[in-house]
Amino acid sequence: MTKAKIMKVLMYIVLTIVSLISVFPLYWMLISATNKSVDVSRGALLPGTALIDNWKSLLSQSPVGTAMINSFKYAIILTILALVICSLAGYGFEIYHDKGKDAVMSILLLGMMVPFVATMIPLFRMFSSAKLLNTTIAVIMPTISTPFLIMMFRQSARSFPHDIIEAARIDGLNEIQIFFRMFIPTMKSTYAAAMTITFMNAWNNYLWPKVILQKEETFTMPMLVANLTEGYVTDYGVLMLAVLLCSLPTVIIFFLLQKSFAEGITGAVK
Amino acid sequence: MSQVKEPKKRKMSLERRHNLTGWAFLTPATLMIAVMSFWPMIQAFILSLQTGKANNLKFGDPLANYVRMFRDNVFMASLGNTFLYLIIQVPIMLILALILASMLNNKDLRCKGLFRTAIFLPCATSLVSYAIIFRSLFGVDGFINTVLINLGILNTGYNFLGHATSAKIVIIIALVWRWTGYNMVFYLSGLQNIEYSVYEAAKIDGASPMQTFFKITVPLLKPTILLTAIMSTNGTLQLFDESLNLTKGGPANATITMSHYIYNMSFKYVPTFGYAAAMSFLIFILVAILAFVQMKVGDKRD
Repeated sequence: MTKAKIMKVLMYIVLTIVSLISVFPLYWMLISATNKSVDVSRGALLPGTALIDNWKSLLSQSPVGTAMINSFKYAIILTILALVICSLAGYGFEIYHDKGKDAVMSILLLGMMVPFVATMIPLFRMFSSAKLLNTTIAVIMPTISTPFLIMMFRQSARSFPHDIIEAARIDGLNEIQIFFRMFIPTMKSTYAAAMTITFMNAWNNYLWPKVILQKEETFTMPMLVANLTEGYVTDYGVLMLAVLLCSLPTVIIFFLLQKSFAEGITGAVK
Repeated sequence: MSQVKEPKKRKMSLERRHNLTGWAFLTPATLMIAVMSFWPMIQAFILSLQTGKANNLKFGDPLANYVRMFRDNVFMASLGNTFLYLIIQVPIMLILALILASMLNNKDLRCKGLFRTAIFLPCATSLVSYAIIFRSLFGVDGFINTVLINLGILNTGYNFLGHATSAKIVIIIALVWRWTGYNMVFYLSGLQNIEYSVYEAAKIDGASPMQTFFKITVPLLKPTILLTAIMSTNGTLQLFDESLNLTKGGPANATITMSHYIYNMSFKYVPTFGYAAAMSFLIFILVAILAFVQMKVGDKRD
């Protein structure tokens, strides 16, 4: 065998091993959700028959339905608002840019360096004195507008041809119509990428909801899953079923939007 | 005369109108960042100068909290842990991501999409979920121990999360597992901006894969590497979910991160908001310094 061939075989071996390691914990979670806790501990690696028992047991000990609905509610509202507000801003910063707006943008970019943990305490005090603990507004407000999303949309607006804008103006469309009818349909892949990122972050966010939500009926899925580990005895089957339910929405979104996600990131890195 | 002036006047007002439209477009987002990020940051600083419990905060010695921090053993431990993760985990992850990305960038590779999806898949799982999966995998009666016992390497289950060193290693393994694919996607995107003919030319010139990697891939990807380095540093300094859900910060605070400790001081025990704000402000300063250093280093190699 030539040296190049050995390299190639080696490459396939490395990629296969890394892929298996990447997928295994998720496979194990899936399998464990269908097995009894004892069997999970014994190292079960094949689907079991305890899925329905685990499901009943999970429902009896925690309000999964409510937490699912809550998580969807927070994530969907947040994603819609974030996409509209940040893309408007990104478009505004790029299409109408001048010295003043460029300066504002560079100040906003500094916001990327502000760690959330540093703003968490003042935000908590702010929302609690406004009597907004346990509300949807409090959960979503801090992360609707992010410098990252604005930058992403500004970057994609850069590739939006000015001729289209001019032509649309001549056709009598006003500026907001140009944005909704011309820009949004052209930038589908950026929106898909932004949607994937925002929805995943919103769904997975744990620290802030944990701080701001104190009533069980407002809890999110990650909070519910984390609370399942608080007890002394862990039922692995039930726990992994909860983890599975918590991961399913983001995994599905990821598979649906994977292609446009990669395209959108490519646009942002350019 | 008025006929000549008319169009100019209209154009001026149009330009002004566009300018104002621009401001209107960006105002909601800008205001929200100002109120939800910059303003709280200023407040955190003011808060960090106050001492006292719960809402009985008062200004005393302005540096009291900052002095207390460096005498606080748990905080120093959390600082040490965070930097340990930063120094060991981030380079391993970024190098691995870079190697995987340049392998997947190979045009002749088959099943590329399959590999890419598999390696990126961990990023689709939530932080809490993967923390709990790893906690279960490495539990005393977890899967890893079962395998090690069956292979005859261990007689009884080893308490991975109950010993300081192994608990730290588990956290590092978990972090690498979760984030390598994420960084890889950034590198893959960056690689797509490099003309593939550069690689073909290098191949014809007889460059080894190693040479190609260090002489072409790494230098051309430098901006992306810088971006991922800054993002990872920022993320590592704010680690929370893993510390809380994978190891619960234990054993005996051996794996606790700064954010986890700040959370405990603000929301778990009787809140000491001033002290917690001081610690969080230190994280902000560290993020800023490290980002600045990385940008300087990134610039120099040009």
